[in-house]
Amino acid sequence: MEDTYTVLQVIARSWGAMFMLLVFLGIIAFVFRPGARTGQKDAANIPFRYDDAPAPEGPAHAARVQEARQ
Amino acid sequence: MLDYVKLLILGLVAICAAIAAQYARDAAYLVHALLIMASAGALFLWQLRRTGEPRVPAPANEYMDGPVRAAAIATAFWGVVGFLVGVVIAFQLAFPVLNFTWAEGYLNFGRLRPLHTSAVIFAFGGNALLAASFYIVQRTSAARMWGGNLAWFVFLGYQLFIVMAATGYLLGSTQGQEYAEPEWLVDLWLTIVWVCFLLMFVGTLLKRKEPHIYVANWFLLSFIVTVAMLHVVNNLQIPVSLFGSSSVPVFSGVQGAMTQWWYGHNAVGFFLTAGFLGMMYYFVPKQAERPVYSYKLSIIHFWALIFLYIWAGPHHLHYTALPDWASTLGMVFSVVLWMPSWGGMINGLMTLSGAWDKLRTDPVLRMMVTSLAFYGMSTFEGPMMSIRAVNSLSHYTDWTIGHVHSGALGWNGMITFGMLYYLFPKLWNRQSLYSLKAVSWHYWLATIGIVLYAASMWVTGIMEGLMWREVDAQGFLVNSFADTVAAKFPMYVVRGLGGVLFLTGALIMCWNLWMTVRKGVAKQDARVAAPAE
Repeated sequence: MEDTYTVLQVIARSWGAMFMLLVFLGIIAFVFRPGARTGQKDAANIPFRYDDAPAPEGPAHAARVQEARQ
Repeated sequence: MLDYVKLLILGLVAICAAIAAQYARDAAYLVHALLIMASAGALFLWQLRRTGEPRVPAPANEYMDGPVRAAAIATAFWGVVGFLVGVVIAFQLAFPVLNFTWAEGYLNFGRLRPLHTSAVIFAFGGNALLAASFYIVQRTSAARMWGGNLAWFVFLGYQLFIVMAATGYLLGSTQGQEYAEPEWLVDLWLTIVWVCFLLMFVGTLLKRKEPHIYVANWFLLSFIVTVAMLHVVNNLQIPVSLFGSSSVPVFSGVQGAMTQWWYGHNAVGFFLTAGFLGMMYYFVPKQAERPVYSYKLSIIHFWALIFLYIWAGPHHLHYTALPDWASTLGMVFSVVLWMPSWGGMINGLMTLSGAWDKLRTDPVLRMMVTSLAFYGMSTFEGPMMSIRAVNSLSHYTDWTIGHVHSGALGWNGMITFGMLYYLFPKLWNRQSLYSLKAVSWHYWLATIGIVLYAASMWVTGIMEGLMWREVDAQGFLVNSFADTVAAKFPMYVVRGLGGVLFLTGALIMCWNLWMTVRKGVAKQDARVAAPAE
């Protein structure tokens, strides 16, 4: 039976490192997925929307926001 | 009912603190117990006066800006305190006579140095991050802060932490770990405050009206979560006594060193970088009045920074008992980290593309852009210094101090000043700043101050490194340590003068912000004046 340190470091330097790399590459691929541009453009403009007051409550407002985005 | 529970808890805390003060084994613990007693007592009275009174419900159609204002004022105040202590210790190094005999053990360099680092990082930087988090998370979620008065608790609790840490340093209560000097009692208190901060932030994100979480919030959330993790792990200590401030660390030897620098470097990475990048991703677009250059790049910037930074710590421990593979790992990740850092810098700078002319007329924007330039410079210098061969020259010299200050004064300082200049007119409903000319003065004083600081520290650091390794034909060291100290004197004076310029700039800023609030012309309420849609 090998000691805990050896077991952990073998896992970390093989599967662990590979897992991290794949998650990272997955995120990059997700950022460049087709059709992401509209959402990102919308998100980039968030700071310019509700500067003085929170969004009003109620479904009417939500519908209007949805409409404005399309 | 809840009011009575609160009264009970506050009363118990005050009594327990009074008992602890009675049994205190050292001066620092005594002062801390009295501080806790006074704070709990004051809160008890405040709570008592409002118990049973009718409550006015918080207006849901307004942002909660009280804590933002308080944190913005605290940022300016602690900034001046921290810079002032920095100037004092810079001259103490140049002129040792300033370590007065009558104040020995309280105001000598060794006691004031942690006071300076903690005052600028945690008091000035921390309050700036509180103000930014409180402000940004509400605006970009289009929702009022979650948790009612929790934000006030976080703000006031954080100030108590600062005062406890500062008094502890002067009275000699320290763990001796860089940026983690406060002892166990102060650490436990910060943990409570920080968990409340996290709850408040996540609570606001959860009730957001925007479908997407804006990128600035990702950076701020990563800062809050990571600092919580770092703080808890690096402060695993066992108190010697319940009534004394001393404690014994759980880790020892090289494990302790590695944990400390894992903490230390990520304090830079997540407190001074990720948190301030959150600030940058909101306030630079706002001040430039254009969305960030590339939202894609900002997401990649975020994840690359998160994946890489956490590994960079071992570069602080080259040529120590740390295994070679660990310090090589730290070095490689530090060098790779250069790329996302510059990606972020380019993203911030290019936000101005098509609006570069604003730099001529807007000194606040100029400040923000300069902060990004310093971010770029210090994130190039850092990876270079982490390379083992370079580190063998630079380590233990003043080059490191110069590097830290080009990042802290240039990047963190300048972006915070920019944020304060943006926030004050906004929060106090003023049309504009009192004096743009004063902002320009502040800008140039600060910039010249940083240049003096960084340049003198490069010269003295490299000189010192070369003198230490110089050997004669027989292989004997040529210089004694005292020779290097004597040779550094002119550069130490220049560094102190750079600090004086930076401090003067900050004082001008405080005056300008004060006058903006006192004398500024109130803005017409746009919401009332706007015609119905």
